[in-house]
Amino acid sequence: MSQVRLYRPPVSLTWWLRKPSYLVFMLRELSSVFIAWFVAYLLMLVYAVGSGPGAYRDFLDLSANPALVVLNVIALAFVLLHTVTWFGLAPKAMVIRLGALRVPPNVILAAHYGAWLVVSAVVAWVVLR
Amino acid sequence: MPESITMEVWRYRPERESEPTWDSYEVPLRKEWAVLDGLNHIKDQLDGTLSYRWSCRMGICGSCGMTVNGEPKLGCSTFLTDYAPGPVRVEPLHNFPVIRDLVVEMGDFMAKLPTVKPWLVGDDEPDEDTEYRQTPVEMDDYKRYSMCINCMLCYAACPVYALDPEFIGPAAIALAQRYNLDSRDAGAEDRRDVLASAEGVWACTFVGECSVACPKDVDPAGAIQRYKLTAANKAVRDLLLPRGAR
Repeated sequence: MSQVRLYRPPVSLTWWLRKPSYLVFMLRELSSVFIAWFVAYLLMLVYAVGSGPGAYRDFLDLSANPALVVLNVIALAFVLLHTVTWFGLAPKAMVIRLGALRVPPNVILAAHYGAWLVVSAVVAWVVLR
Repeated sequence: MPESITMEVWRYRPERESEPTWDSYEVPLRKEWAVLDGLNHIKDQLDGTLSYRWSCRMGICGSCGMTVNGEPKLGCSTFLTDYAPGPVRVEPLHNFPVIRDLVVEMGDFMAKLPTVKPWLVGDDEPDEDTEYRQTPVEMDDYKRYSMCINCMLCYAACPVYALDPEFIGPAAIALAQRYNLDSRDAGAEDRRDVLASAEGVWACTFVGECSVACPKDVDPAGAIQRYKLTAANKAVRDLLLPRGAR
């Protein structure tokens, strides 16, 4: 093999624009940055709540800043993308058997969305009551 | 239906050119002709210097993997009429070094494959006059993964493999799972170091294109995600449980 001159096709910088699935993959990788931002934002909220009414009001004022609202809307879109693609993966990873029968993938998927709905309802109840 | 179709074929002849070029050929368009038949027509009638791999012509041997209009396909099961009026652009599989024309170098896969021990690892060989027993339900667990024909379409579709050539890749992991999930096999622990490494399942970020490209419906992406759960389970057990209870 040593005398064969192999051609190694270069990977173009825009390879991820070639297919929608590649683009979604890159966006999902990028979504980790926004997940990290939401974690930081949540910690800031907890810290503000713990520091008394004044700090909490300052945090609310900061959150009403249009730039931060835009950032959070974008972050929400990325977090939703992350969640939906993650749930899409779940039926592939989880193979559950009931006796000889395999639980159908869409049941596992529906269970994930159901659990998401329940958790969201509980959070909404805690926040809004 | 037009009588002929243009095939644009990616050419690389290392003794002639340092950069690849395209050659165009006019081939008859017949409803039963696959891309491979078009290439055979070129080779037999128009240009004998064209190089490509093929053997069975029926999607079993896995030799004729190539890129057709940007998608990884088996040349023998991709029909010219689906691309009419053309042109049909034929390239070698992406993500592999090219030896010549449509012939790629797949030594990397050949080196990686044995590291996942794709064979039955048994600690209790049955006696000569007995057989390994397996129920249809047990067989269902791995049968899908056993359909892999090593055609490399999944590697060509995988952007992770393109960016990180150390990744052991979709087919090798699917084949590892073919044995891990076999009731007769006792080698899952032997395969774990390779599969649960950074170059194993954890390199995969679930693009899912390997399963789209697979001509045998093996679903390597599913095999990988399933092993991620297995590997994570095992890691947590190793951490929490005493040795005897794992």
